[in-house]
Amino acid sequence: MSILVNKDTRVVGQGITGKAGSKHALNNIAYGTNYVAAVTPGKGGTDFDGVSKKLPVFNTVRDAVVNEGANTSVIFVPPPFAADGILEAIEAGIRLIICITEGIPVRDMIRVKAALRDNPQARLVGPNCPGVMTPGQCNVGIMPGYIARPGKVGVVSRSGTLTYEAVYQLTQRGYGQSTCIGIGGDPVNGTSHLDVIRMFNEDPETEAMIMIGEIGGNAEELAAAYIKEHVKKPVAAFIAGVTAPPGRRMGHAGAIVSGGSGTASAKIAALKDAGISVADTPAQMAEALLKIYS
Amino acid sequence: MNIHEYQAKELFAQYGIPVPKGVAVQSADKLEEALASMPQGVVVVKAQIHAGGRGKGTFTDGFQGGVKVCPGHAQALEVAAKMLGNTLVTKQTGPVGKRVGTVYFNEPVKIAKEYYLAVTLDRARGRPVVIASTEGGMDIEKVAAESPEKIVRINVDPDGGVQAYEKRVLAYALGFDGKELFKQFSPFIDALVKLYWEKDCSLVEVNPLIVSADGRLIALDAKIGFDDNAIYRHPEIEALRDLSEEDPKEIEAGKSGLSYIALDGNIACLVNGAGLAMATMDIIKHYGGRPANFLDVGGGASVEAVTNAFRIILSDPNVKGILVNIFGGIMSCKTIADGIIGAAHNVHITIPLVVRLEGNSVKEGKQALADTDITIISADGMADAAEKIVAAVAKAG
Repeated sequence: MSILVNKDTRVVGQGITGKAGSKHALNNIAYGTNYVAAVTPGKGGTDFDGVSKKLPVFNTVRDAVVNEGANTSVIFVPPPFAADGILEAIEAGIRLIICITEGIPVRDMIRVKAALRDNPQARLVGPNCPGVMTPGQCNVGIMPGYIARPGKVGVVSRSGTLTYEAVYQLTQRGYGQSTCIGIGGDPVNGTSHLDVIRMFNEDPETEAMIMIGEIGGNAEELAAAYIKEHVKKPVAAFIAGVTAPPGRRMGHAGAIVSGGSGTASAKIAALKDAGISVADTPAQMAEALLKIYS
Repeated sequence: MNIHEYQAKELFAQYGIPVPKGVAVQSADKLEEALASMPQGVVVVKAQIHAGGRGKGTFTDGFQGGVKVCPGHAQALEVAAKMLGNTLVTKQTGPVGKRVGTVYFNEPVKIAKEYYLAVTLDRARGRPVVIASTEGGMDIEKVAAESPEKIVRINVDPDGGVQAYEKRVLAYALGFDGKELFKQFSPFIDALVKLYWEKDCSLVEVNPLIVSADGRLIALDAKIGFDDNAIYRHPEIEALRDLSEEDPKEIEAGKSGLSYIALDGNIACLVNGAGLAMATMDIIKHYGGRPANFLDVGGGASVEAVTNAFRIILSDPNVKGILVNIFGGIMSCKTIADGIIGAAHNVHITIPLVVRLEGNSVKEGKQALADTDITIISADGMADAAEKIVAAVAKAG
């Protein structure tokens, strides 16, 4: 098993007829991911050339759900229109929405968050995230597939490139992954560290986890409290941003330390208190896990 | 994006939020004319920079205080002339300080009591939150740490407007139970939340909010930050941007779609992804080096943008070495390699350059670098890369 996506996932790509979107959708399809449709308003009735197969393009997400049974959406829509795309997917009954788009205004995401509260059946991963990959089965988003291999370690991170780093370290040491998830670096997002940790904990095929956090907010502390209370599986972690100066936004809008809250040292202390093996450097994430899991 | 106090107060005034009468001046020859528009008698002169702690700050020429209460126009003129063009150092500016390009004359207000009021994002809930405290004029983070019971928070739904009970909760907490004060507070909080929402703010802060000796509710100071992702829909806010407040290298980086923040070390980093960029800074420090910057080239950077990234990095005279750390997801390693080659042809790189490439098109990227005559120390993995650049910089002395 795995979480969120597998070989039965039926993906509709929103905004994949554009340049960046099509490139990544083609990579996903080449990986074996089951794309069933594309949605681009105004291009309904045309085809998307997925090389190994042609996908029907629809004007609305609802059409993709009704005609092709899509249950998962991946969003590459440009930032001014991306929140609208998420809301459309929620309304169409999509269960899992993975939003890759970076740069969505916070106000738009506040509206999305309210819609998610009203539609608890829908889960959003992202925005501003690399996507979700269950190695060997399904890769939705922009993660380079070759770095992963099927296995039993769950990986969750805000950051795309740090996810790759952890996954690659595991693969090089002969440890595969159950599912790799980038939850995104924005201050308002759909799925939290805690949500993913809970799913990994309940997934019988996931034996251990790596959680990668960064400065700002208190999501890592909340996950640590849950792990302390409920998780028996081995967990390793890394927190990025020890050297970041307070008050400066480090690329990710979420990564900002203000007034002593959200500091790396406070997060590391909370993780250690929960019995989590914390890596001293980003080069030692797999190593930190393998100290407590083999 | 941040704006000056005087700009924030002008926005407040547009939304009907009471502020002291004031006028902002950018040039010395306009000071007298501006003062003439102020009532006779006491005038408050405020240096305008994007940093707190102005009142207790010191100018680099020794002049004390970025906020001065002057007994009359003559003194105000003298003080304003000293501030304008001068450089103010506060606890938030760093030792270099910030040049004062604008002074702001304000009418004096007799304060009966000070409060704190702000609207910002509650990240945990993904909703706006109003924060209020009776401890006005203080560092709110300090209040939160030392006496959290003195801070009241209430989540609001800006689309639906602030509910009457929410206003009552805030008003009672602040002690505005008298009918007269509540009558002023109700539209005040409505306007503050409306401004936060309509202009895509990240923070609207009134510190202090005051009740004057004659019973009026007034925003004595104003601070507004905006969501950078939403500036595109507010050209009127973009027009308020003061580029002199920003690091020229950061502005240049922004034009190329790069995210750059200058730091005080000597090892420059060029990384894709914000998380990896932060982690790269961390690992440089772990191995005994000091990062000179945060630089995220993002996922969609072109060869030209990468070349610009090198130009920006190299314009920092403190930089003694460069670490390129790429794990390509969207970003192709070939693009980075071509950017490095392009940069080496345009700008002469004489300092050690360590490159670590992994991910998307890694073979093509490594091959492109191998085919040039640029001196590159290649690395496998982050630890190897960090160790190599720290050692190379130490060796170069």
